Amino acid sequence: MSVPYAKLPAWVDYGLIPLINLIVAFLVAGLVVLAVGESPLRAASLLIEGAFGYGEGIGFTLYYATNFIFTGLAVAVAFHCGLFNIGGEGQAYVAGLGVALPCLWLDQFAPWYIVFPAAILGSAMVGGFWAMIPGWLQAKRGSHVVITTIMFNFIASSLMVYVLVDVLKPAGSMAPQTRAFTDAGQLPRLDWLLASVGLDIGGAPFNLSFLLALVAAFVVWVVIWRTKLGYEIRTMGHSPTAAAYAGIRQSRIIIITMMMSGALAGMMALNPIMGDQHRMQLDFVSGAGFVGIAVALMGRSHPVGIVPAAILFGMLYQGGAEISFEMPQISRDMITIIQGLVILFAGALENMFRPAITAFFATLGGAGSDKPLPAAE
Amino acid sequence: MNDIAIELKGIDKKFGLVHANKNINMRVRKGTIHGIIGENGAGKSTLMSILYGFYQAGAGDIFVDGKKTVIKDPNAAIAAGIGMVHQHFMLVENFTVLENIMLGAEESQVLNAGITKARQELKRLEQEYELDVDPDAIIEELPVGLQQRVEILKALYRGAEILILDEPTGVLTPAEADHLFRILEQLKSQGKTILLITHKLREIMAVTDEVSVMRRGEMVATRTTAETSVEELAELMVGRHVLLQVDKGPASPGEVLLSVENLSVRDGRGVDMVKNVSFDVRAGEIVGIAGVAGNGQSELLQAISGIRRATTGKVLLQGEPIHVTGTADPSELRHRGLAHVPEDRQHMGLVLKFDESENSILGYHDDPKYLNGLFLNIDAIRKDAVDKIEKYDIRPPNPKLKTANFSGGNQQKIVLAREMERDPAVLVIGQPTRGVDVGAIEFIHKRIIEMRDAGKAVLLVSVELDEIRSLADRVLVMFDGRIVGERAPDAGEGELGLLMAGVEDSKEAAQ
Repeated sequence: MSVPYAKLPAWVDYGLIPLINLIVAFLVAGLVVLAVGESPLRAASLLIEGAFGYGEGIGFTLYYATNFIFTGLAVAVAFHCGLFNIGGEGQAYVAGLGVALPCLWLDQFAPWYIVFPAAILGSAMVGGFWAMIPGWLQAKRGSHVVITTIMFNFIASSLMVYVLVDVLKPAGSMAPQTRAFTDAGQLPRLDWLLASVGLDIGGAPFNLSFLLALVAAFVVWVVIWRTKLGYEIRTMGHSPTAAAYAGIRQSRIIIITMMMSGALAGMMALNPIMGDQHRMQLDFVSGAGFVGIAVALMGRSHPVGIVPAAILFGMLYQGGAEISFEMPQISRDMITIIQGLVILFAGALENMFRPAITAFFATLGGAGSDKPLPAAE
Repeated sequence: MNDIAIELKGIDKKFGLVHANKNINMRVRKGTIHGIIGENGAGKSTLMSILYGFYQAGAGDIFVDGKKTVIKDPNAAIAAGIGMVHQHFMLVENFTVLENIMLGAEESQVLNAGITKARQELKRLEQEYELDVDPDAIIEELPVGLQQRVEILKALYRGAEILILDEPTGVLTPAEADHLFRILEQLKSQGKTILLITHKLREIMAVTDEVSVMRRGEMVATRTTAETSVEELAELMVGRHVLLQVDKGPASPGEVLLSVENLSVRDGRGVDMVKNVSFDVRAGEIVGIAGVAGNGQSELLQAISGIRRATTGKVLLQGEPIHVTGTADPSELRHRGLAHVPEDRQHMGLVLKFDESENSILGYHDDPKYLNGLFLNIDAIRKDAVDKIEKYDIRPPNPKLKTANFSGGNQQKIVLAREMERDPAVLVIGQPTRGVDVGAIEFIHKRIIEMRDAGKAVLLVSVELDEIRSLADRVLVMFDGRIVGERAPDAGEGELGLLMAGVEDSKEAAQ
């Protein structure tokens, strides 16, 4: 017997439930702060102050958010095809080559507006390629992408250590990193954008790639919901049997989707490399690929949800740094715990409160709810 | 002694805005078989879910044996003596009969003592109700009819006095169904009370003592079965007069449009499901394939429509070969004039999470008229969907509504509209009316006949023998992957039933 259920109003589904998850995550995080003998309220105010209280904080928050928009979109695109791409970390890491190599070559003679498109293309292609291999293995050999993309993270890590230590490191340098780019390899900062609302971003590396991330979010929306390819991807994601019935070539769609996903993850490399450090360093991705999973889950795989979710995680990164600076009792590891709690409640336990909330709205007589599924076949 | 086993007073249940049960009053007399019929979405399942404790009613009371009883979960229902046999069996397939029956009623952490006791109790039940099953048989090795018997025994083992059976005959052959009805009679004679939920009017007439009819969440009538008729019940269910007999003229078959030669197909486990099957379908005729579910019909349809690779054999579509053992793919076949209404509309024919208009192009989404280059032409798609909604009377008439929110009948109409409006030469249809309400069945049958009369070749697969007999011009019976006989549609039900049960047709076997 099928279970009739009342559809939740959209504002509950997309607004209230994430909010409740978030509040619970912060309450539990508050207990952790309390346990080390600090005031949770002060920590919370430091977090918010640090992230949004002044221009430079906002600049850093948005800088981090840029990374998470790219990796969140990458995970979301794969989700729409029913694929779980855990390899954003490795794809972004390897895609660093697609950014750094054009920079190292072109910054000698071309202006930044030539270098930037070349780096965009390079990062997308390398990231796409790195995701294509697991995609191909899934489509043709049935190797599960969850396993292969994790394995490719490790391969990426080893490969990049080799490349940075043995190939790209300038002779005589001690640091495993490329030489610094000239001005042509550096993206313009968006200080004017925040200056227009009277904020000074100070030293924050908030740069042009943020706008690229917003463009990418829009493009993802168009591709997924407004193109034939997106239609086929969504059909695959919802029902592989319906896709087979419709004559959609599944292996082709899987490979293309993974390449798109990898390309998005890859473009994340633009932000730290061209926007901040102006060189490629070891471990420049530093977990953004994994945060993308939580961002996509929290944003319900929709660009409109992913952008705010990415900003939320940007806030945790930036505000978290402030907390550990101001409260010596709370180490960076504690911040990681708090971030982990948000990921846990917003992502992994996304469905924890859903049944209760659904039941509540069902008894309420649910204003604005839709027709239920037809009962029993 | 109270002679009312169950009384429902003012049961009311809302899901959001949907009023699934409106002030239901019903009495079921002890020791009777009480039928409940109604279209899909009429609220039968919700009502039974409330009675079995899956849901709580918003208002109203349940009286079991005259005592007001609160049934807060299925355990409470079992404690009150109510048992349920689900449409989809709740059995652990690789456990034995005995293990399944004990499941959830083990009594202690160590099984040994319980097993001996359960074995004795099971033996007693089997004797008392003449329900023979080998307690040590593995469930998945038993035929469906016996699995159902295990479900019944499970309920009796838990002390059920009142049994709810939800669409029990959907998966049975006519002979198995008859056997089930004899079991129900036996249970009744032992004083058990049975609630039978079904959409098959014939079964209601055959076994029930009383019948309650539901329509749109309301209990519209209760009749003594002996004093009512199929026509009256159908009218009560739908709320208007229904044509139960399909109105169709004689067929005028033309050239062969679909020809299947020596086709064999394996399923995903590597088991041969279709074995050397050959037949033709001509323009202007409906060829029906009858058979119990799981005898290779699904694989046959999938191979013909290019979804599943055949191992050997040939298929000709309008005289041209289809590469069924290799490169045939559904979109190519669509272009060549083969439309396919799949058996499993919920997983194959539709994407339930898509909105209606998105589903109205599934499989035809590469047609330039729905596209602007690489982009979907949303306006054209919506407009096309609105046309089909109007023509096929799909309700609610909203192309933006999520497909899961349409009733079974309307979902099927979405698929039919999509496939029939392409004006195909060959139409392959599986289970056109499974889970579809009576009103929609009439509509769907009419459309299928219209396709035939327009000179299309129609291949119809259905497990509803009545449907095959009323629609098809020729009936092929499939058993264990083979076509075991061909009959005219007016062949006796008993004769067809024997073929469906695998009793070899002497004529065919001699060939």
